[in-house]
Parts: sequence; structure tokens; C-alpha cells
Amino acid sequence: MQIPAPFDYVRATSVDNALELLSRHGPESRVVAGGHSLLPMMKLRLSRPEWLIDINDLYELDFILRDGDKLRIGALTRHTTLLESDEIAALFPIVRDAESVIADPVVRNRGTIGGSLCQADPAEDLSTVCDVLGAEAVIRGPAGERILAMADFHRGPYETAVGQDELLCELRFPIRPRSGSAYEKVERRVGDWAVGAAGASVTLGPDGTIADAAVGLTALGLDHTVAGATELLRGEQPREELFVEAGRRAAEACDPVADQRGPIDYKRHLADELTRRVLRQACARAAQTQEG
Amino acid sequence: MQISMTVNGNEVTSDIEPRVLLVHYIREVLGLTGTHWGCDTTNCGTCVVLMDGQPVKSCTVLAAMAAGHDIRTVEGLATGATLDPVQQGFMEEHGLQCGFCTPGMMLTARALLDKNPHPDTTEIRQAISGQICRCTGYATIVRSVQWAAAHPAGGDGDATVDEVIDGTDTVVEDIAAQTQDAEVKA
Repeated sequence: MQIPAPFDYVRATSVDNALELLSRHGPESRVVAGGHSLLPMMKLRLSRPEWLIDINDLYELDFILRDGDKLRIGALTRHTTLLESDEIAALFPIVRDAESVIADPVVRNRGTIGGSLCQADPAEDLSTVCDVLGAEAVIRGPAGERILAMADFHRGPYETAVGQDELLCELRFPIRPRSGSAYEKVERRVGDWAVGAAGASVTLGPDGTIADAAVGLTALGLDHTVAGATELLRGEQPREELFVEAGRRAAEACDPVADQRGPIDYKRHLADELTRRVLRQACARAAQTQEG
Repeated sequence: MQISMTVNGNEVTSDIEPRVLLVHYIREVLGLTGTHWGCDTTNCGTCVVLMDGQPVKSCTVLAAMAAGHDIRTVEGLATGATLDPVQQGFMEEHGLQCGFCTPGMMLTARALLDKNPHPDTTEIRQAISGQICRCTGYATIVRSVQWAAAHPAGGDGDATVDEVIDGTDTVVEDIAAQTQDAEVKA
């Protein structure tokens, strides 16, 4: 029977209250939202917080809000909400692509975008999504609010820039016209971690050439976006040879490990093939947006 | 700590340790053993209960986190002696053999039908994709949910043979189409 080690439990009543509780209880306190990463770790005694600060009552962090040329998403927004949002699917189809293969539908009812990003598991999908969409993370702490680009937010496996006394409150996604995005994952079965996955975001110029693009990989040993992919794609007409070269670079840039999900050469093959597919799809979607 | 929540319409209050998981609270403190405890790792889904109408895996929710919320377990599906159409469907279409996954399957089915009264087979399969059945191969579970969708007011169980065969044919066709799709993609 897996039971967490003893801890004290408290429910935060507001963001300010959560920050106060984090300061008061110090480094042995942890925030819990959906709990679908933290509680399994606590049950395995890999994590033994002395205080658990439950933020599920902070409805102020559960929102999807269009604000000028940004889409703002609260950190407590559940995976199911993200998956079902037509507004998000229209602006950032990559989110629906990814959300439909994150864990399983029952887990998605609890898990949150903020929790996923803060857990920063190398096989976690939304980090790649946020990377390629150029999202910003809004973090609040005792000293006030700070806004970080994903490159500064995500520091490596299981490590983010969110300090012990801070709370990730919101993600902001830039809305750009003539843009498309896509995500594709290979997994052994529903709910398993990715063998490998790729995400891409593309913005087309008025002449149909690629104005901006980013490619990211999940579970393949590459933090942040594929270096050089943006430079390769920018200014070019979307075409198959370009996607092939981007795939080759992604396979070269990644550094997967061999495990029960597959050997290294298979994972490199996935980096290559999935990069081609998501670029193809992202460009097609961007072109559709242009026509619409 | 003291917690209160609504379970199957009844207000319950208990003094518990914060580390007690909802599944153990329901089974051991409340004595509602219809909720099963399976893998303990958020995979199998037999511990699924409804929290404010949404399926959740109760092995990965603290009882303390469920305080103030509305919980529905398999014991709360029937109304008196009248079975929920989902329960009736599992009887009509042989949706269970050993019965271990059944409580979780039925609660997910109930939540699905509350949200989408006429799901197609793909939607049903997606809805239960986080839950494991080792007996049925899922085909009869899908048919059971379809039966419930076709009989929203329940029924006396005398669905005609034609209805049952129709349901069967639909599933077989869909599986054939899916296999064909998969082959084309490959």
C-alpha cells in the first residue's frame, strides 16, 4: 500500500495567502494543485514535504482570457479545460494536439498546466508546447511579480526558475496572425510517457514565406527549441525538402537515452520523422489561417 | 484534521490524517467498498469516483482535498431499487466478467452520458481509455454504455433481440473501419 509520509495540510484562500504560507512554512512546504505528479511521488516517498499547501480553491488562477495580442491562461487551468477550449484550438491548435495525448481523460480532469510546467518532467508535453509558442511565465513571490521567457523558466529536468517562496500564476501566449502549430507524440499506450514527441509553431509572412518558426522535442534529451531550426526555415517557402532538413537537424541536436521505450537510433528517427510531420502540419494550418 | 463532504447525497464529517487518500477514506472510514482499490499508481482506474460530477482517480486525491466537494461512488448510482441505465446496460450487454474494473467504468460512463448523451464508439473508448479491464476486451463495455445511451430512462431489461444485434453490428463495423484506417495510415 502506497501512503505518503505524514505531513500537515492547509488550503490557501488567495494567491497572497498561498505566498504567505510558503514563506511561513519554508523549504519543507510544497504547493499541490491537481496532485497527479506530486502525490504519486509522495506515495513512493520520493517527496516528503512537511506542509502541503492546497491551491485548488484559487479560482482566480483558473481562466482563459484574450487580452489584446496575448492569450492569458491561469496556472490552475485543468488539462480537460485546455483540451475542450475552442478558442485555444483556433489560436494554438498544438495545445489540443498535445492535450489529447497527455495522460488519460480522468487524469486530465485534475492535472493543471501550471503543475505540469513546474514539475518539468523531461517527458512532459506542455513544456515543449510553451517553448515553441514563445510563452511567458508569470511568477509571483514576496518581491512581487516577474515575467520570464520559457528559456529562463525551464532550467532542466525537474527544475524551474520558480523559487521556493514563489507561485507560477499564469502563462501568456503571443497571438500572431497567419500562424499555425502542431504536436505529435509516439507513446506505447494511452497514459504512458512519450517515447518521443515533437512540436512546431510557424508564422507565415504576407507572401507565404516562413516569417518565424520554432521546433521543440519532448523526451528526446533536448531542452528548449532546436537550435538553428528557426534560421533554417525563416524566409523560405514551406516545402518538403525544408522539412526534411529540419528533421535531420532535430535528430542531430537531440540526445536521447536508451531505455525500455526504445534504443537511441529509434528515438533519433522519431525526432527526425516527427519534426517533419509537425512542420508540415503547422505550415498547412498557418496557410489555412491566412486564407480564412 | 476534520473534513466534511457530501458522499452520495449524504453529508459526512470525519477526523482523519491529512495523508489519507480518498479511496481509503471511502472504503475504510465510510465503509463503501464498492469503490475498488487497484494499482495504487493512477493507472488502472478502478478507484474512479465522481467529484463534482467529474471522474477522478481516488487513489491520487487526498480525502482532505475532497473536503467541501460532492462525491458520488458506485453505491450512489442506483435510486432505491431502480438501477441507473448504465448499471442496467452492463447487465444487458455483459459489460463485466470479474467485476473488478466495473465501478470505475460505470462512473466514467455516467459522467460521459451526462455530458454527451449520444456518444459514438470512439468517444466511449476515449472516455474509458484511462481505465483497464482484463476480461472483456472492452467490446462489451462499449456496448453496455451504448445500451445506456439508448435507454436514458432505464428499462425493464427486455430489450429486443434486434436492438442488441443492432448494437453489436455497430461496434463490429466501427472496429473494422478503425482497423482499416490504421492499415491505411501504416
